[in-house]
Amino acid sequence: MNDVKGMKVAKEAHAYTPGLKIKRKIRVSKLRRLPVPGKVLVEVGDEVDFVTPIAETMIPGDPYVINAAAQLGIERGTLQEYMKVKEGDDVKEGDDLAGFNAFFGLWKNWVKSPADGYIETVSPVSGQIIVREEPIPVTVNSYIPGRVVNVLEKEGAVIETDAAFVQGIFGIGGEAHGEIKILSEDPKEPISADHLTSDCKDKIVVGGSLFTEEALKKALETGVAGIVTGGIIDVDLESLLGYEIGVAITGQEEVGYTLIVTEGFGEMAMNPRTLELIKDFEGEIAAINGATQIRAGVLRPEVIIPHGKEIEVEAEEELASGMKPGTKIRIIRKPYFGALGAVISLPVELQDVETESSVRVIEIELEGGERVIVPRANVEILET
Amino acid sequence: MRTGQGEAELTPARKPLDEMEYILATDVGSTTTKARFFRKLEDGEWRYVVSGETPTTVEAPYEDVTMGVKNAVREVEELTGHAILDERAEGIIVPYYGEKGVDLYCTTSSAGGGLQMMVTGVIKRMTGESANRAALGAGAIVMEVFATNDKKPPHKKIQQIRSLRPDMILMAGGTDGGTISHVVNMAELLKAADPKPRLGTMYNLPIVYAGNRDATGHIEKLLGGEFALNCIENIRPILEVENTEPARRAIHELFMEHVMSHAPGYDKLMKWTDVDIMPTPAGEGMAMQLIADRTKKNVLGVGLGGATTNVYSVFDSRFVRSVSANLGMSYSICNVMKEAGIGNIIRWLPFDLEESDVRNRLRNKMIRPTTIPQTLEELVVEHAVAKEALRLGLEHHKTIATTLHGARGEVAFLRGITTQAIAETYIDMMKIEIVAGTGGLLSHAPRRVQSLMILNDAFQPEGVTMMFQDSVFMMPHLGVVSTVHQDAAWQIFDRDCLVRLGTVIAPRGEVSSDEVIMDVALEMPDGEEVKERVRGGEVVRIALPERQKAVASVQPRRDFDMGEGSGRELSTMIEGGVVGIILDGRGRPMVLPEDQTERKRKLLGWIRTLKMYPEKLLEEVG
Repeated sequence: MNDVKGMKVAKEAHAYTPGLKIKRKIRVSKLRRLPVPGKVLVEVGDEVDFVTPIAETMIPGDPYVINAAAQLGIERGTLQEYMKVKEGDDVKEGDDLAGFNAFFGLWKNWVKSPADGYIETVSPVSGQIIVREEPIPVTVNSYIPGRVVNVLEKEGAVIETDAAFVQGIFGIGGEAHGEIKILSEDPKEPISADHLTSDCKDKIVVGGSLFTEEALKKALETGVAGIVTGGIIDVDLESLLGYEIGVAITGQEEVGYTLIVTEGFGEMAMNPRTLELIKDFEGEIAAINGATQIRAGVLRPEVIIPHGKEIEVEAEEELASGMKPGTKIRIIRKPYFGALGAVISLPVELQDVETESSVRVIEIELEGGERVIVPRANVEILET
Repeated sequence: MRTGQGEAELTPARKPLDEMEYILATDVGSTTTKARFFRKLEDGEWRYVVSGETPTTVEAPYEDVTMGVKNAVREVEELTGHAILDERAEGIIVPYYGEKGVDLYCTTSSAGGGLQMMVTGVIKRMTGESANRAALGAGAIVMEVFATNDKKPPHKKIQQIRSLRPDMILMAGGTDGGTISHVVNMAELLKAADPKPRLGTMYNLPIVYAGNRDATGHIEKLLGGEFALNCIENIRPILEVENTEPARRAIHELFMEHVMSHAPGYDKLMKWTDVDIMPTPAGEGMAMQLIADRTKKNVLGVGLGGATTNVYSVFDSRFVRSVSANLGMSYSICNVMKEAGIGNIIRWLPFDLEESDVRNRLRNKMIRPTTIPQTLEELVVEHAVAKEALRLGLEHHKTIATTLHGARGEVAFLRGITTQAIAETYIDMMKIEIVAGTGGLLSHAPRRVQSLMILNDAFQPEGVTMMFQDSVFMMPHLGVVSTVHQDAAWQIFDRDCLVRLGTVIAPRGEVSSDEVIMDVALEMPDGEEVKERVRGGEVVRIALPERQKAVASVQPRRDFDMGEGSGRELSTMIEGGVVGIILDGRGRPMVLPEDQTERKRKLLGWIRTLKMYPEKLLEEVG
């Protein structure tokens, strides 16, 4: 205990470092929810596949605002006198909405409907007419096969299944599914265009320390459903997307496939445990999602491989569990980026690192036997 | 005892300020919940005691911010042995009654992205700008500014409004007694777009209407049913007046009433606090205003966070805040790279790194934002990004801190002529007397001279400027405390929060050679006279400890200005700091050499002179 301004102050509290999940069998629950209330199409106990519709709704169509008074050259307050239709009327594209004929029909001035829909508003204050398009149907499907375990009235349902589950660190593209195909058994091998053959079509291709720029292009030509690999070069990602990502909020990209990176940017050997696990399920169908959002309550990309194999379902680790001697970890920053090891000790005292920062550190024995000290912030627990 | 049960009748009246002994303040950040614990010493002086920091628990699987608050407060309890939490009733024990509790608990919050607003005006450069300033001043992130004359066709505006999910909308437009059709037109557009609130579809989106009062009836008729509408005084009652205070108050009330009450756990947290929960940037802004109030100087402040960069100015008593929502040092670090350009980041590196290597490093920081540099190389790269984030943040700030458009000669627009005057910022770096920085990167810089030079290189202050920084990130906390107990807040601020880095002396003028640009004479506190002749491109560091003063006489050469005119001498009192006095002869604006070898040689020279980084770095690259 130290004495600080008259108060006894202890030197240490606790620390918690979450890691990416690599699970052989866990119970996966997915809430499938509409953006606005609608109708739920399933009941508790229903079995669903990858694309079963779960709920549907109609969202209001796009509105078109027409500055009718200005177009007709009339006072805003008199617009009603020139209207040929009224609020609530259905209209077709090109229909006359408001206007007049003058000089015995020689001069015509009519405002026409820009779309099919109905008249939502005629405003004598602003002189505007608003035409609303017909409602647009929206459906949410199941994404993973399994059983409906809960229904949220008017909103959606929860689907549950037992599956192998792997989290990536970064991804692009949304939900997809396909058969797993391993492209290389060497986690350190970069994947080139030659690895991608015609039988990769509609599959989720897995492996390697990165996909080269040519391999990313070839994957598009081949028509793969998804890619799971160790790393990606920043400029290759930019050229794939056609723009530079500023903030890591992804999932809406439409490049032709979903891409999941398990380790990070640059050439990075895929964690052997990740590769090994996915390899055991080669030929099975997986659901993947590249959506990534890196804020509190991080959303990471995921690979879900539903299966009924006789493996005991692993318990979710306690959320607040921390590191202790023996915990398997991965270092996630230079100079030991990507190295795997086990915790030797968690010194209580702050220690200076090369930058001269005094930080909480961790002593680690790397897989090769070397012992290193790194900041605690630079490791993640391997949740295997 | 204040509890989560909302038992107002059990809550005793707040103690008089002079009887308070302990204060607890928290900031529920997007990643970390930070508790700061303060106490009054026997001599009556308020001091900071200790911090507790734990992950924020706003999102799944926790979805209750009070868990993170309790964890952070529990750290404070563990560290001090002072009981604060009432475990049984789930609350903070208020007031302190001899053994347990605190006399005041307040909090700021930016969890879940803070307060995100959309603003509308009629003329973008007039009411649009005023509404933008009001929302920013209230601590919001402004997602978009829509205006009748913004050249976007109505359907594009509607599409965009529909895709945004703001927490709140601020609507301005028109002067009182002026035309109402434009602002009604915008209201119709809003109604047609029917935007939904970010935190769910089960409640009405709040709208603050601060436009032409003559249109209020129409606005109520149009928007009253489907939105939580609050009509207040016009933000621009006449063109020459900007009245943002009622809007700021209304935004804070609606933030509590409609937004916070729908965020996970905030309904409980609201009952724990003694004063309304304040958006973090609003707290930070109050802290910057406190500095300006107490020192009677113009202040330029910055909060460099993981996701955003907030810049504050108090210039001739006028307070303005800007937020660059996607310029930050962790989640948004790649947006700094995108906005600044990788070349502008690399120009600050005194060693060779491949462009692709730097890009991949920054990407890896983006996807693992809580990691920290372990090597010097990594530290210098992050500091380079910080300089660019701040530079861009200030550029953005200058577009907000402008004179009132429309007040002189721009009324022509109202008659249908679209004149667009060039934005004229009133921020004159020569008149900025204090630069203050806060945020993790600045607070955690291993050497204080690093944070001083990050601020100096990014903002390039001119003349004589004092440099401050937040010691352990408690400006938002002290900002919210200052709303109740300003004296306590200032005492803690002065003693434990504000680190006086030192004073920068930098004449305005471009440097084109290594000729002498200024002669400086300092009369030190012990009577010793220190004389320095500073050449173009040189920096000099002179030790002068915190809270000590010296008389400085600065004689700039022709073409250089210290605020008295070109070549005219300036005599003034300057204050020291943990870094001391920096005589900066690199010119304003400062231009780095184009030639790579020369640029690195210069950077290394400055690093060596100022002792910015350990010798190891210099040995490796020099």
